Amino acid sequence: MSYTIGIDLGTTHSALASVDLDLSEGEEIALFVHEIPQCTAPSEVDAKKLLPSFLYLPAQGELPEGALALPWDPRPPFAVGELARLLGQKTPMRLVSSAKSWLCHAGVDRRAPILPVASSIGTADDGIERLSPLAASIAFLAHLKEAWNAKNPDAPMEEQDVVITVPASFDPAARELTAEAAREAGLGHAVLLEEPQAALYSWIERSAGRWREEVRVRDIILVVDLGGGTSDFSVIAVLEKEGNLELHRVAVGDHVLLGGDNMDLALAALVRKKLEDDGKTLDAFQVSTLVHACRAAKELLLAEGAPEKTPVVVTSRGSKLVSGSLRTELTRSEVEEVLVEGFFPKVEASARPVVRARAALTQLGLPYAQDAAITRHLSAFLTRQIAATDELEGFARPPAATFLHPTAVLFNGGVLKSTVLADRVMETVNAWLSKEGAPAARLLSGADLDLAVARGAAYYAYVRRGKGVRIRGGTAKSYYVGVESSVPAVPGLEPPVSALCVAPFGMEEGTDAPPAPQELGLVVGEPVRFRFFESATRRDDRPGTMIERFGDELRELSEIEATMPAEGRAPGGVVPVRLSASVTEVGTLRLEAQPRSGPERWKVELDVRGK
Amino acid sequence: MSPPGLLTRLFVLSWVAFFRTLFDAQFAAGVERLRSSKALPATTVEAEEAPPKERKAPPKKKAEPVVLREAGPEAALQLLALLQREGRFVDFLEEDVAAFSDAQIGAAARVVHEGAKRALAEHLPMEPIRTEEEGTKITLEKGFDAARVRLTGNVVGDPPYTGTLAHRGWRVKEVRLPKMAAGHDASVIAPAEVELS
Repeated sequence: MSYTIGIDLGTTHSALASVDLDLSEGEEIALFVHEIPQCTAPSEVDAKKLLPSFLYLPAQGELPEGALALPWDPRPPFAVGELARLLGQKTPMRLVSSAKSWLCHAGVDRRAPILPVASSIGTADDGIERLSPLAASIAFLAHLKEAWNAKNPDAPMEEQDVVITVPASFDPAARELTAEAAREAGLGHAVLLEEPQAALYSWIERSAGRWREEVRVRDIILVVDLGGGTSDFSVIAVLEKEGNLELHRVAVGDHVLLGGDNMDLALAALVRKKLEDDGKTLDAFQVSTLVHACRAAKELLLAEGAPEKTPVVVTSRGSKLVSGSLRTELTRSEVEEVLVEGFFPKVEASARPVVRARAALTQLGLPYAQDAAITRHLSAFLTRQIAATDELEGFARPPAATFLHPTAVLFNGGVLKSTVLADRVMETVNAWLSKEGAPAARLLSGADLDLAVARGAAYYAYVRRGKGVRIRGGTAKSYYVGVESSVPAVPGLEPPVSALCVAPFGMEEGTDAPPAPQELGLVVGEPVRFRFFESATRRDDRPGTMIERFGDELRELSEIEATMPAEGRAPGGVVPVRLSASVTEVGTLRLEAQPRSGPERWKVELDVRGK
Repeated sequence: MSPPGLLTRLFVLSWVAFFRTLFDAQFAAGVERLRSSKALPATTVEAEEAPPKERKAPPKKKAEPVVLREAGPEAALQLLALLQREGRFVDFLEEDVAAFSDAQIGAAARVVHEGAKRALAEHLPMEPIRTEEEGTKITLEKGFDAARVRLTGNVVGDPPYTGTLAHRGWRVKEVRLPKMAAGHDASVIAPAEVELS
């Protein structure tokens, strides 16, 4: 028995799918989504399609002996999945959530035990054993691996082809950390795939060959992936090469921490205010159940043929259900006002997300999107990527276009199960297109919004074996290190920084780029840090290209660090090196420093411990 | 009010199922006894009344003892815990509702209905036994499954029977109860909760 396995390592949920190679041939594919055994209550194990991406770290003696037992581990140190989510509702201080968002948060040391985040300064010594964002990711992957291995002892996951998905917007350090988590979980052979690509692969797989009739040459497919915690956009162009359709991922969006959870919170805030206006007060537990009730109300009121209103009941914490419950109503127009107009306003194609200046004293927290309007993030993305298809043959851009014109849209993520929200996205995009005289984009139907990413990952692992269409494109960014310009020092002014390109756009897996010819000085025996930048739009820069002045086309990432070992050199001496980039088979960026002479190379660390 | 109605039905149904199992075993044993002594025409009214008569007789001379299955308590307790966790089922039944208005009870019933329905859908997915609309005329051919369809009213003559579908019936398609760790005390339906501050 052999399989290819896809793992959707999501911000709020993870999922597992596989292709049975013995039962699959060509486009006839035996693809299954696997139920994942997990604790659903203390001392209770149940299998569910989704593994909530939560960890709960119980106190000594908080739960009975063996209450967290799993088929493969009699005494796990923490709960993973549904039970973790459940316990965390009542004891949030021991709950690790959104570990994946922390993994790509450059502002923290992602190998340091910082989760669960201490609620305020001074509570970090509360005796809770904490995990690093990396360790949390390892725990989720290990759980999925053990779940698979318990079910398939003859085909352990370590011996199958495994694909793990990451947001298209993940920076090189976050990708590297995900690959490291896979290695630590015993899945060192796993390769990475961008989630919006996985969604498209799943759509292709589900069409059982009919996708070739549904897409056309010169289609520009916009993938809109709205998950529980993040929004992710990608553009994939359809080309023809020697009679065959080819797919090229030509652009990816920025990491936007904004998703379905934010919508539930927004609704809960509205309902809470209604209850408080009636003179009722809610305790912390009731607020958390309110979010749950609002999610259910949202799904009901935003579905097709929805009623005008639905009651929302907030239950008491105690055993008195009838006397302790608070009741109010949520109307469809309120939900539309808060969610449709709040998160999906009908904006112009020229709209940009609002950026507020951050308050000087911010608590340690995730960099949530400041503008909740997903349509504004989308218009900004399409405008920034106007030139994404310029280099492809046959994709002549209309001269008056102010943004990249998609011709088809593929949805992914649970938020878009709501027809009202999905329709609003299509309406908005089509209004932009119609204003510039372009035909309306069509919706690619038949996507599995919850499980497409895991399914697509399993299918991609299958096509990697040479059995189907593959999306090309390589890296969706070019990368730069900051170099201080050699200009006369001006007192009180920092010397201007230029950006030196070290990795070009579109590097395919398993390829190298030539080193940038400029030399940088490394101090022997000491770690040297460089500022590091990426660009999602500068497609023509080659290694060695210097950019003197750059505006918002470059985005600064966390610093990178190179250390030259002292072997055979005088400590403190400066050695000139050149930087060269490669993309590994796994799909991570690798930067290396090589001295002018000699074959030595040193890895440049992309993920540097916090200061 | 439909939510409490459904719940009551489901609650009753589980007891019905339990007693039916009990009754069916006795009924089967009775039929067996009838067959071995003398063949009575199975469709006469006398034959219908024969088993109760048999049961009333003192069971002193019974040759073979009737084996009744005993349901393990664990699964029942587990289901109760699931209904409580998802739908506050026990809280609802254990609260004295006499003093509350229908609106208050209705609000709580929604919680129970939504949660218990979810628990049932997940762990005991159900389907109606008859898919026809209630109130429509249906015909039962000879050899229909008497465990799935109960005849009521003017029950005389031989099949095929024609009658009105009074209740569609329910059957559980699949039982998917979670697994329990060894040593778990299933009688704890909901632990007491103490909030530390």
